[in-house]
Amino acid sequence: MLLVIILCPIVAAIIIMAGAPARLTALFASAVTLLTTLRACSHFKWWESGFQFVHSLTVSDTWGIHFATGLDGLSLILVLLTAIVTLASIWFTGKIENNENAFYACLLFLSGGALGAFASLDLFFFYAFHELALIPTFLLIGIWGSGNRVAAAWKITIFLALGSFVLLIGLILLYQSLPPTSRSFDVRALQAAVAAQQIPPQAQREIYLLLLIGFGVLVSLFPFHSWAPEAYAAAPTPAAMLHAGVLKKFGLYGLLRVALPLLPEGARYWTNLLLVLLLANIIYIGLVTIAQKRLDWMLGYSSVMHMGYIFLGIASANMLGTAGAAALIFAHGLSIALLFAIAGEIHKRTGSLAFEDLGGLAKVMPFAGLAFGLAAFAAIGLPGFANFAGEIMIFFGAFQNGWEMQRFHFFQVATTLALWGVVISAVYMLRAYRQTFMGTIAERWNNLPDLRASLRIPASLLIAGLLWYGFFPQKLVKLITPSFKTYLGADAR
Amino acid sequence: MRIPPPNLEIAVVLLGLIVLMFEAFALRIDKHILAFAGITGLTIVLIATFFLAPNVSEQANGFWSFYFYTADPLSIFFKRFMLVTTILVLIMMIDYEPVLRSLSGAATGRPSLGEFFALPILTCAGLMFIVSAIDLVMIFVSIELVAVSFYVLVSFTKRDPLTLEAGVKYLILSAVATAFLVYGIAWIFGVTGETNLQRVTAAFANASIDQSAAVFGAVLILVALGFKIAAVPFQIWVPDVYQGAPTPVTAFLSVGSKAAGFVVLLRVLRPFMMLPKVGRLIVLIALLTVIYGNLAALPQNNLKRLLGYSSIAHAGYLLIGVACFAGQAVTFYLVAYLLMTLLSFGVLIIVAQHTGEQISNFDGLAKRSPFLAFAMLIAMVSLAGVPFTAGFFGKFFIFAAAVARHETALVAVGIVTVVCGFYYYLKVVRSMYWQPAAEAEGIPVSRLSRVAISALIIATIWLGIYPGPILHAIEPQRDNIAIKSASTR
Repeated sequence: MLLVIILCPIVAAIIIMAGAPARLTALFASAVTLLTTLRACSHFKWWESGFQFVHSLTVSDTWGIHFATGLDGLSLILVLLTAIVTLASIWFTGKIENNENAFYACLLFLSGGALGAFASLDLFFFYAFHELALIPTFLLIGIWGSGNRVAAAWKITIFLALGSFVLLIGLILLYQSLPPTSRSFDVRALQAAVAAQQIPPQAQREIYLLLLIGFGVLVSLFPFHSWAPEAYAAAPTPAAMLHAGVLKKFGLYGLLRVALPLLPEGARYWTNLLLVLLLANIIYIGLVTIAQKRLDWMLGYSSVMHMGYIFLGIASANMLGTAGAAALIFAHGLSIALLFAIAGEIHKRTGSLAFEDLGGLAKVMPFAGLAFGLAAFAAIGLPGFANFAGEIMIFFGAFQNGWEMQRFHFFQVATTLALWGVVISAVYMLRAYRQTFMGTIAERWNNLPDLRASLRIPASLLIAGLLWYGFFPQKLVKLITPSFKTYLGADAR
Repeated sequence: MRIPPPNLEIAVVLLGLIVLMFEAFALRIDKHILAFAGITGLTIVLIATFFLAPNVSEQANGFWSFYFYTADPLSIFFKRFMLVTTILVLIMMIDYEPVLRSLSGAATGRPSLGEFFALPILTCAGLMFIVSAIDLVMIFVSIELVAVSFYVLVSFTKRDPLTLEAGVKYLILSAVATAFLVYGIAWIFGVTGETNLQRVTAAFANASIDQSAAVFGAVLILVALGFKIAAVPFQIWVPDVYQGAPTPVTAFLSVGSKAAGFVVLLRVLRPFMMLPKVGRLIVLIALLTVIYGNLAALPQNNLKRLLGYSSIAHAGYLLIGVACFAGQAVTFYLVAYLLMTLLSFGVLIIVAQHTGEQISNFDGLAKRSPFLAFAMLIAMVSLAGVPFTAGFFGKFFIFAAAVARHETALVAVGIVTVVCGFYYYLKVVRSMYWQPAAEAEGIPVSRLSRVAISALIIATIWLGIYPGPILHAIEPQRDNIAIKSASTR
């Protein structure tokens, strides 16, 4: 079942390259992926902490590389997110003038790479699948992008390549820090080795720093963030949806799956550095976001900024914080995908996303206005949306870390500062909403059509996901809890 | 039936001579037959390598004694490697023939196609000797056999001034390298009184020898090998010769000649590593080579020249493996390098005849020939080191070896240069897929080339997912070549 989920997009991409009708095949494949994922959800035994649906094929015995796939609660959430966003982004793909088949093939490769990475139990394939998305991203932005697409394509490719090679070195070091007899890339074997305390603290610190930088580049952690807004502004809408919604989450998933559970000492050691960087993500990038004059750049920066919260959840390294991080990963993926989708639809109609050209669009595009508004509320973190559940768990989790009655530690200060991020994101989101959908409408936009009826389905799907998990966040939390209980050990509540 | 190993080389030499005879005396035949005969003959020899008698050399019988010639798993593996390379080069040469007709031979005379097909076969025999040579004299003789064939091959399209320049440069610099090699051998012989590598090793272990004289000889030999593998600072000939030589010859040079150089390097490594400072020297050369190759490749616009610089860069990664005693990683990398380099040259030869060798000539290739564009895409992403291609596993093993030996400088520089590589390899991808085509007409691909290119694509991806076959093929060699023991020392 899991292999079907991973291979379905990749096989579909190959069929499309061979000449099958692109849109139909892609829609069909992503629908099959989503349905299979939902089936996997219903068969998933959430109360068990180990991996389920495990398959394993040996690739190299000498190196301990296996093609092993399996799901636990955390990866199930990510796979579900990928399946939903893939379907929505393919649905939102409009008419492609130039080489339609290659476009859909690239999108499906992106999706297949993400699914493979999230479902891999072997760190080698976890890494390799993510890299599978690199070249399609380059092509998607370069061929079908808009604006300054050439520079953006180079920038994202070079940044991500650098990040992933740093990450690769980190993973190799992790592999080699184990005694020769128990070396493996398998997450389960590594967990066993960590439980037996086979990785010395000094090595943990070095490896964690490399992993933090490597994953950090991929998630646009503060000093390495500059590729993200530019690339998302230039990318074609479905690519921006998939990349910002799903692929960027790979780094966060990696931190939750590899860095935090396998290198607890390293995580402790670098906590303060991470807190400083993530505060820069929240406050500094937040202010930069307010200053943006174009909707697509604003969304790009906002996606960088929101990563700060998730990092805060990861840094807090306790049950509440990490569960919140996982929930927010899911929620942010849905909300940012929807925001990019609506922005793309506006761009298709107006040819511009500068705030000064827009305004009053809610009059002519009421559905788009509603969808954007709901997604913006979700992104701000209003109660009732899944984002709220994630953020509040993160804030409580982070505040709780090292809490004493008498005084504030760094964590409490950081949490307090990070809370301002909510205000900042309210400022830029509401301003963007006002400048795009409210106010007086320009003459020339008076006859713009609203979203086609068929496009309202994927938009509603994304909104439904946000609301459903906003009202029932425990459905996400209960999936994550068993696996994190084992990762974080007994001491973390 | 079991075949004693040296018969392989003898068969290849005979095959080359027969092809030459036909060229000289059978004037009326279609010269393509000679190429096909060559390909068939080499394929038969390739199959024969799987039916070898157990290592006869250890019984030390007759001339093929154990002092000169070995048939250990490493050498058998690389004999196959050389045969595959030569077969693919011959296929490329058939595609290249129209260019050859216009640029070779006297102004009025017929093109000497037969020679063009015979020389690679003779070169192949030389390469097969090199990988089996375990004696400095044998190494010298077989390297010369290869070099002399290459003198002719490089300047084969002699009416092209660029080719002539390339030929002269290659001739002169190669001759200088030969001089270094022979002088180095003389010093080592002077110090130890031996030319057999095992005995040289034993002599080096003896503390009473003149260490500095031995180091001097070793460095001279490393200089000569540096020329063969295009390591900095002996790489100056590479861009010009690669650009000027007929493209199949460039491919042959960059795969066959380089791989042979690395095998010799692995063989002499064991004695040389017993000398002081030689290990650090190789690390230094590796650093310089990756940096120079990658940086110099960044601004290139001519694809052949770009591949020339990239071959320097790959020599650098291979040297990282050598410096870290990772024989297995080096071997795997060479195989990956064979696949992706020959793939890119194969596409280049076909496309260049219709447009040109500049990267901008590849504009819109995805429209004109999706098959060739896809082949080039695979070659480029594999050269860059993207997962699920052979090139990634190559880099992975090399970096793993460097990390294991805590060569921080090599790893750090390696990462930065790999990312440089992404830029210049993707430049080609960009041109093929983003840019509009200047002309719309398709590019025909002959059936033989289509099969060869498809096989290379499949092999590149297959090894990128499942590297086992290559790793297992050379596993037993670990104890033989003693790289393991050197690393534990």
